Amino acid sequence: MRSEEIISSLERKYLTDLLTKGERMDNRDFWEGRPIQIIPNVIKKAEGSAMVKWGDTVVLAGVKVQLGSPFPDTPNDGVITVNLELSPISSPSYESGPPGPVAVEMARIVDRGIRESKIIPMNDPKLCVIPGKTVWILFVDVYILDDGGNLIDASALAAMAALANTRIPKVSIDEEIEEATLLDETEPLPRKGCVASLTYAKINDIIVYDPNLIEDRGKIARFSVAITDGGLICSMQKGESGVFLEEEILNILENASSQVKELIKIIEETSQVTELGQMFQFDF
Amino acid sequence: MNEEITSLIREDGLRLDGRGLHELRPISMQTGVLDRADGSCYLTWGNNKIICAVYGPRELHPKHLAQPDKAIVRVEYRLATFSVEERKSPAPRRREYELSKILSESINNVIFLEKFPNGTIDLFITVLDADGGTRCAALTAASLGLADAGIPMRGMITGCAVGKVDGKIVVDLSDIEDKEGEGDMPVAMIFNTGELTLLQCDGMLTPEEVEEGLKLSKTAIGQIYQMQRKALLAKYSQIEEQSDELDEEEE
Repeated sequence: MRSEEIISSLERKYLTDLLTKGERMDNRDFWEGRPIQIIPNVIKKAEGSAMVKWGDTVVLAGVKVQLGSPFPDTPNDGVITVNLELSPISSPSYESGPPGPVAVEMARIVDRGIRESKIIPMNDPKLCVIPGKTVWILFVDVYILDDGGNLIDASALAAMAALANTRIPKVSIDEEIEEATLLDETEPLPRKGCVASLTYAKINDIIVYDPNLIEDRGKIARFSVAITDGGLICSMQKGESGVFLEEEILNILENASSQVKELIKIIEETSQVTELGQMFQFDF
Repeated sequence: MNEEITSLIREDGLRLDGRGLHELRPISMQTGVLDRADGSCYLTWGNNKIICAVYGPRELHPKHLAQPDKAIVRVEYRLATFSVEERKSPAPRRREYELSKILSESINNVIFLEKFPNGTIDLFITVLDADGGTRCAALTAASLGLADAGIPMRGMITGCAVGKVDGKIVVDLSDIEDKEGEGDMPVAMIFNTGELTLLQCDGMLTPEEVEEGLKLSKTAIGQIYQMQRKALLAKYSQIEEQSDELDEEEE
């Protein structure tokens, strides 16, 4: 059981001594990720959902959809918003209340990855129901259930997997009075491709992929990159007070570009297994 | 979804989901599911999915809440935004505040709080998928989480709602029965002593119906209590197996 937000000097020494010897505390290589499992369609009331177990991190994402007004500057686009709850369920370090800076930053990293990759075509006629008036609003809510480190990648994966399994109601439009009525039938959310996030932690001068909880807390700097199935980098974020050198970033990007394929494959596999209305059970 | 519901009890006398009037939905319970919490429980009850984390006894902040002679219990009951039909805003609503309060009062009763002066025991309960009867399910999960955290209690709390649907008293209301039925009565008790720790009602019930409901709920709670015992025993038998394996290795 880990309870401290910071790590003790002893633990930091153990962590860095191991890294200097070329080892990690869970026996992984520096560039090796932990095992990942995605369970899609786990929440009945949600239009799309997925649970992600990433090492011992557990994250649940759900998508709710509702009809609403578009933003005035994008009258023909649907709306997507990502919210992230870092609840005390996941760790004694977190307190209840509205999302703090840590949760907001993570939510925005996940949001940017999805938004900038344009994998959800917001101007698709299925999302823009009545141009300038009625569009679908997609709420992606990510709940961290167990914080075992690297929440950004687990959250991004859960959000992506939930969207890949989202079905939205069909609508009939009355052109004269410009009103949309929801039908019972649903259709898959339009989607063009896939995006995944990869996060690297710098501990002293050593960089590792997919930090576990202790590495996460012992890191001096963090770098996250989101890459599409087409190999395009669509978002990057450096975090914490430490620094990276240009060479280090280029190494990370090269590694991420090859590792992302495995993540994309897992997402595509889970989005194919779900049939209409099929629900899955999860345990811990 | 938009179909008109004319009757909640089918012509064959069964309920819409095919259950008999006094039949429970399938329930599963698992303790010790969260690595970082002192105690935890994941409970599914029909389509309800509930996760509960317990921390404590631990130091209480802010200090002015501390009681010099006993610990306090704080409960946070929340609905996940995607757990309900219309997306719920992440900010808690009045219903969640009320439920957190009555759940905490219910739990207060069974813990030996005097053993932990100035301390707190914190429970965080999130309903991930809601399908009627979440407060009873939450209490059932909470007592498992507390037991899993090793907090001394004088009994386990078990909950189950009863209610009135199409003129009949039924056990364990589903979401639609809760919303469309004539009455809903959540009950929770310490099964071994029969003491009620939670009792609410909304809807119209005659005194006779309340009496019948209480009797039915006690039977149902007895069944659920046995499941709670099994869930706890399952955790410890697992530990026993692991320690046996270790012993064998040593030999």
